[in-house]
Amino acid sequence: MWNFISPRIVFGEGALDVLDELVGNRALIVTDTTMVRIGLVEKVKAHLKKAGIDVHVFDKIEPDPTVQMVRQGAEVAQEVQPDWIVGLGGGSPIDAAKAIWILYERPDIEPAAIGPVGELGLRKKARLITIPTTSGTGAEVTWAIVLTDTVEKRKMGLGHPENIADIAIVDPEMASSMPPRLTADTGLDALVHAVEGYTCTWHTDLTDGLCLHAVRLVFKYLPRAVSDGQDMEARERMHNAATCAGLGFGNAMASMAHAMGHSLGGAFHVPHGRAVALFLPYTIEFFAPRAPERFAELAAFAGFANAGGKEAAVEFAHHIRGLCRKIGNPTSIAEIGIERKAYENQLDKLVDDALNDTQMVTAVRTPSFEETRQLFLYAYDGRPIDF
Amino acid sequence: MAFKFPSDEWVKEFARQINSNKAYEESGKDWEGDWIFTVEADEAYPKTVYFFIGLYHGKVTDAAMMESENALEAQYFMRGSFTTWRKTIEGKLDPIQGLMTRKFKLKGNLMKVLRYPRSAKELVNCVVRVPTEFPS
Repeated sequence: MWNFISPRIVFGEGALDVLDELVGNRALIVTDTTMVRIGLVEKVKAHLKKAGIDVHVFDKIEPDPTVQMVRQGAEVAQEVQPDWIVGLGGGSPIDAAKAIWILYERPDIEPAAIGPVGELGLRKKARLITIPTTSGTGAEVTWAIVLTDTVEKRKMGLGHPENIADIAIVDPEMASSMPPRLTADTGLDALVHAVEGYTCTWHTDLTDGLCLHAVRLVFKYLPRAVSDGQDMEARERMHNAATCAGLGFGNAMASMAHAMGHSLGGAFHVPHGRAVALFLPYTIEFFAPRAPERFAELAAFAGFANAGGKEAAVEFAHHIRGLCRKIGNPTSIAEIGIERKAYENQLDKLVDDALNDTQMVTAVRTPSFEETRQLFLYAYDGRPIDF
Repeated sequence: MAFKFPSDEWVKEFARQINSNKAYEESGKDWEGDWIFTVEADEAYPKTVYFFIGLYHGKVTDAAMMESENALEAQYFMRGSFTTWRKTIEGKLDPIQGLMTRKFKLKGNLMKVLRYPRSAKELVNCVVRVPTEFPS
């Protein structure tokens, strides 16, 4: 027995128009100052006003949202008493919106205790709309929430199936102002979601197709979206790819590249997509001797003919590194610019945090502490995994 | 040799598997908290039974089958039907997925449990290794 959970998804050009007929009284938009500055908040407000909804904005969300930030947002929600919460932005504002919604409805819950067990009893006060402005996190269609613990400098994987959005609005125009670097980082995040969703131990028949198609879309359209931000076909297909991948991994799970990426991001503030994409080929090489088949299938579906087996999985890892290089993304930690000494000083913590990340439980081969240490060291130097 | 489930011998073998698992020792090195697992009667098994597993810093301190949930003190409680436990022991059901689909119910400090996903996975690896004989 398992569940497939999804919001109502309104997608394609003009999808934002669905807000014009929303029924409600007050909305709280949870976002960041960039969204305000580039006019996307105004655009959403205009649609909500057409629906006769009073709009308030909480724009204090920063990358890697913290427990303190979401508590502050929940206080604003308690004052405003919205019946709609709108998460607008990349993964950080959307994840923060989910957490703020939970704390607004359930002020008795500790943010760090938002887990997938029991009942939350949401939707008594408000419902959630998600509007992604990047094409990668899939946060608009998942119930996962990543918050940062600033004291322990680690990312916490939280969330409950109930905190899935009611409506996800996947409008490619909302992503058209992304600069190339952000397009690349977030697009690679979608690729990692799709690959891990397809190959983790929790994959299902209902998620496989979404992940397969998302991988194919990313390989085809991400280089175009990075090189020409005005290529609206590429923008739209990448926006759809991110949502497909989000539905895929969100109803299966991510895996070891996410565990390692969360760990690195928590310690060194590397953008999420850049971090997880960097680790993905190393994890595939680590898995290849034990469970190569599904990586070979993915490679074939993405258009890389192969004869199957370990070699095909390793070859797929090379193709992913090739895509990263093509769009200007690093394939080693050294290329990110983290100093070796600083990295080695944090190594035990990086390993410990990765091993205790919730995404690690679905790895098809569980690494030991020492193997995880070696994975981090190989990734620093850019050495393919040979153990 | 197979161990009958549920029985005191079975839970002691489970404890032996845990104590010989280096990966669990490593992942649970900071864990402090005892568990009571309740195997609820269902159509496949007529009696509810209880297992106590004491866990401290990567090792089992004590393991026993009990007649009552209150026979020993614990901080964490996990309940599920006999059939659900059987599927878990046979490696057919991930207990984390079991918790998410409410096949299992958990009582205790969830915030703390969520910080030890690898320990949970290693405990599952241990339970699957116990040669188990189920009542027909």
